Amino acid sequence: MSTLPDPAPEAPSADAPVAKPGRESLHYAVRNPKLIIGVTLVAILLAVGVIGPMLLDNGNPNEYVGPQASAPDGTYWMGTTTFGQDVYAQFVHGLRATFLVGVVGGAIAAVIAMVVGFLAGYRGGVTDEILNMLTNVVLVIPALAVLLIINAYMGVRSVAVQGLFIGLTSWPWAARAIRAQTFSLRTREFVDLARLSGSGTWRIVFREIAPNMSSYLFMTFILLFGGSILIASSLDFIGLGPTEGVSLGLMLQSAQQWSALQLGMWWWFVPPGAGITAIVGALYVANVGLDEVFNPKLRES
Amino acid sequence: MRRYFARKLLIYGLTFVVAVTVNWMIPRFMPGDPVSAMVARARVSQPEAAEAMRTYYNNLFGFDEPLWQQYLHFWGALLQGDFGISIFVFPTPVGDVLLDALPYTLGLMIPAVLLSWFVGNWIGALSARRKVLDNTVLPAGYVLTAMPYMWIAVILAWALGAKAGWFPISGGYSLDIQPGLSADFALDALHHWVLPFLSLFLVALGGWAIGMRNMIIYELESDYSSYLSALGAPQRLIRRYAFRNAVLPQITGLALQLGVLVAGALVTEIVFAYPGLGSLILAAIQNQDFFLLQGAFLFIVIGVLIANFLIDIVYVVVDPRTRTGMAGGTS
Repeated sequence: MSTLPDPAPEAPSADAPVAKPGRESLHYAVRNPKLIIGVTLVAILLAVGVIGPMLLDNGNPNEYVGPQASAPDGTYWMGTTTFGQDVYAQFVHGLRATFLVGVVGGAIAAVIAMVVGFLAGYRGGVTDEILNMLTNVVLVIPALAVLLIINAYMGVRSVAVQGLFIGLTSWPWAARAIRAQTFSLRTREFVDLARLSGSGTWRIVFREIAPNMSSYLFMTFILLFGGSILIASSLDFIGLGPTEGVSLGLMLQSAQQWSALQLGMWWWFVPPGAGITAIVGALYVANVGLDEVFNPKLRES
Repeated sequence: MRRYFARKLLIYGLTFVVAVTVNWMIPRFMPGDPVSAMVARARVSQPEAAEAMRTYYNNLFGFDEPLWQQYLHFWGALLQGDFGISIFVFPTPVGDVLLDALPYTLGLMIPAVLLSWFVGNWIGALSARRKVLDNTVLPAGYVLTAMPYMWIAVILAWALGAKAGWFPISGGYSLDIQPGLSADFALDALHHWVLPFLSLFLVALGGWAIGMRNMIIYELESDYSSYLSALGAPQRLIRRYAFRNAVLPQITGLALQLGVLVAGALVTEIVFAYPGLGSLILAAIQNQDFFLLQGAFLFIVIGVLIANFLIDIVYVVVDPRTRTGMAGGTS
């Protein structure tokens, strides 16, 4: 049983059959509404995050450009903050930072989870015992609490550093799931054959085992990506976000700090939260679609 | 079964040692010097006074001893329940400050965690066999899971608090009421509790519902279900078996989610300025109160470990395989 780093215990089950992605998968992929909706939504938001900031003639989203606290209109699409900052400019810059922290955090967590999961699952024995113990220990310590104290002491805060620390703390559930998958694959004939022909551990893992669960690894990465975004937004909100630039979590923090709620300035706190929800939700929906594409058992229902 | 608990206890013991060690290591090995930061914050003009402060803090932290001694002292103090002295509410001991905040956090967390688990599993199990319910629960569940905790808190505070005016949007009780064991205070505290509780409950709900739905569908399609229905067993019986099997991973999931739920409670408390551990941590960060921060970290870890242990006991009661010791080595 694997679990998302956020409250959704519905990661693909460890004993689901694994399939190689190929032409057949593509055939089902373009016909899967969940996958199409999810991917399209993520692509649109990614495009807004990448292109949006370029189209603005102002490089600094935190600059005071407009009237103070005005509701959305033709000039300021998402209104302005109490200080006259353009919420739309902050939003598109924030999207960019959000994607960045997701990629960095998700990639680092995925790499650690793969190394630990493959090694523990393939080698077994004492290696497995030790790595499993390590995984369980990190799993039980609340990641956010560790991130809190590290962040508070570090002082140096950028999106990349934040992503690095999130990656270092959010891998355990994925490592467990990968271990379980590897465990079921390592006794198959083709792995025995490779072992007989004298291949080393890492060669067998990367040439024989990993390709056979590539779809599963990809789905794990997507979940880690979404999880990193949610953790980063919590950290930003607590006031441990990047000290330069803007992110969706920081927007929520300043809206909260300057009483946007009491002043009824909904345009200040609705867009950033909706942006995070849309990205993460679209990722999850796309993930369910992918599961159906790769897993014939789910496809029929 | 003895082996199962021995294993679990070993892991929890190790986790605690690692957590304490991390807690000890971070101020010593991270770039940046907490003592200088605290001295600078005090804005003392005379160099002698600043030096005296530095010595005081170094002594308090124990930075003037050799490392191994510092480590042992840290453990010694901890085992005596000594978390150091808070800087933010000087000179109250950190342990007392945390104990004051603890009831609010527990009062928020325990009902939110348990109720969302029960209601989520119930809705998920229902939706696994009703198409109409399934088509509404699934999308709603995904939206809820994808929402950041603080955003749903902010939206609720805005809609039900600021707009509708039904609930207060900040604090744990009204300022004109003295906290105590009176009916007035209890009612007032309950009134303040509704919104933070609701936001935690709602975000967690979606995940449990989706998880349960998927597990039930998986179980209903498994071999034993087809076998039972081939034998002509009533549908009710098959569903009951499916439910009992599907609930086991959900219990494991509850244990895994605890650490994450702590994070949810922290940010939710900050949104509502609820006087629990989350608000304390925010204050500790803003005031660079490292003792308070470290104490809060250890409190959280101990809380999560105790809760995990309770869930392990529940698991043994519910799953006969762990009782007979047939579950094998994996924990």
